[in-house]
Amino acid sequence: MTKYLLFLGCAIPYRIPSYEVSARKVLERLGVELAEMPEFNCCGLPIDSVDHDAMLVLAARNLCLAEQQGLDILALCPGCAGNLRKVNKSLAEDRKLKEHVNGMLKEIGMQVEGGKIRVRHLIQVLSEDVGFDRIKESVVKPLSGLRVAEHNGCHILRPTKYIGFDDPENPVILKKLIEATGAECLDYLYETDCCGAPIVGVNDRIPLYLAGDKLRNVKAVHAEALITVCPFCHMMFDINQPRIERLLNEKFGIPVLHYPQLLGLAMGMTPKELAIDELRVDATNILNK
Amino acid sequence: MSEKKIANETKPKREIKMGDLDPTFKYEMSLVPGFEKLRLCFQCGTCTADCPIARFSEVYHPRRLIRMTQLGMKERVLGSEALWLCAACFTCVDHCPQGVNIAGIICALRNMAVKEGIIPPVFRELTDNILKTGYAYRIPELRQKKRAERGLPPLPKANTDDVARLFEVLSVFKVTKKEKQQEDD
Repeated sequence: MTKYLLFLGCAIPYRIPSYEVSARKVLERLGVELAEMPEFNCCGLPIDSVDHDAMLVLAARNLCLAEQQGLDILALCPGCAGNLRKVNKSLAEDRKLKEHVNGMLKEIGMQVEGGKIRVRHLIQVLSEDVGFDRIKESVVKPLSGLRVAEHNGCHILRPTKYIGFDDPENPVILKKLIEATGAECLDYLYETDCCGAPIVGVNDRIPLYLAGDKLRNVKAVHAEALITVCPFCHMMFDINQPRIERLLNEKFGIPVLHYPQLLGLAMGMTPKELAIDELRVDATNILNK
Repeated sequence: MSEKKIANETKPKREIKMGDLDPTFKYEMSLVPGFEKLRLCFQCGTCTADCPIARFSEVYHPRRLIRMTQLGMKERVLGSEALWLCAACFTCVDHCPQGVNIAGIICALRNMAVKEGIIPPVFRELTDNILKTGYAYRIPELRQKKRAERGLPPLPKANTDDVARLFEVLSVFKVTKKEKQQEDD
């Protein structure tokens, strides 16, 4: 099985360790080997708004580290995966851009190739590299009877020009991954809309209204949990759910699980092993099913 | 649908004076690689119609930001609150029939605003964190201890010397340094 460099990014070690814990457990069970990425830095995405060159050079430095080791990157965060993928592709296709970036990287004695390694998000690795068959084989305790909904996270799918994964208008891959666990995945209104997390620091209401609207639509189809594959979306729907409930004066009570937590349960792992006890919104009622 | 508009965001309309417009602004923006198609926008409104943020905000309309840029309302667009409300979900980029990189143009406008000294505190904080720690957030020591307790490998230490040296060649560093001087004065 292929070996990957694990790119943790900043948000997961900062706020969402349950995602990392469960992802590592599930990948290990599937025989995916992970190498730690030494000396990596922020993927660059958050600083793009401040300075585009800063974003490019931070992303390129990470790509360089992976190129030196000759390993593909596996990112758990769609923001990191999307940004590194976009820069990797742009560097490979645009010689002038590569010269510009390498001119800056020279300062630290690095040169980036671009396109030499691949950047993959967790669900790309699971669906394309591991494959649905092997995931189904790993399920020992099918979650039949459980009805959930999914939220992809924008940067897994868009911009289409750079990402080229799944259909952004009607994404099905995460749904299929959920169904591989035996659970049912429901459709809901405004399913592909953003969670609002990227503007939390700028506006304290719009993102909460947006996420609240999504939670309301998830509840309307009687989903028992929402499944995410992004630390920011998770923060929005899980950590912020009580805040949203207070603001909208509505009760949702929808547990939000990382996909590897759901898969881990189907693999027979305990909720404790998968850090399900760390979720803000209590998930006991789905565990008892 | 259950749209909730945020009323206190609306601002009184200001008149536009021809003398305040910068007719070269659209050309300046079109020169940025990837934004050549800015002038192809014919204001169909698909971007705003499909924007998840615009559903909940009175002030954020990507179409309006693009139009202001085309008209050369440089000062107003760079100082606009709406400029910082794009969540970069890229729906507009994927849906634009004219192939205008809307979210990318908004990002480039933000870069220009930063150069003029306009930067929301959250972005200043992120930049500062990256410069000092290599990460966008300051990860507390306690987290490291917790990682060890649960058997996770230690979080790799970022090479902050490398990051600092890279920042030195970037304009962003000069801006934050200039602002710092202003704050100190």
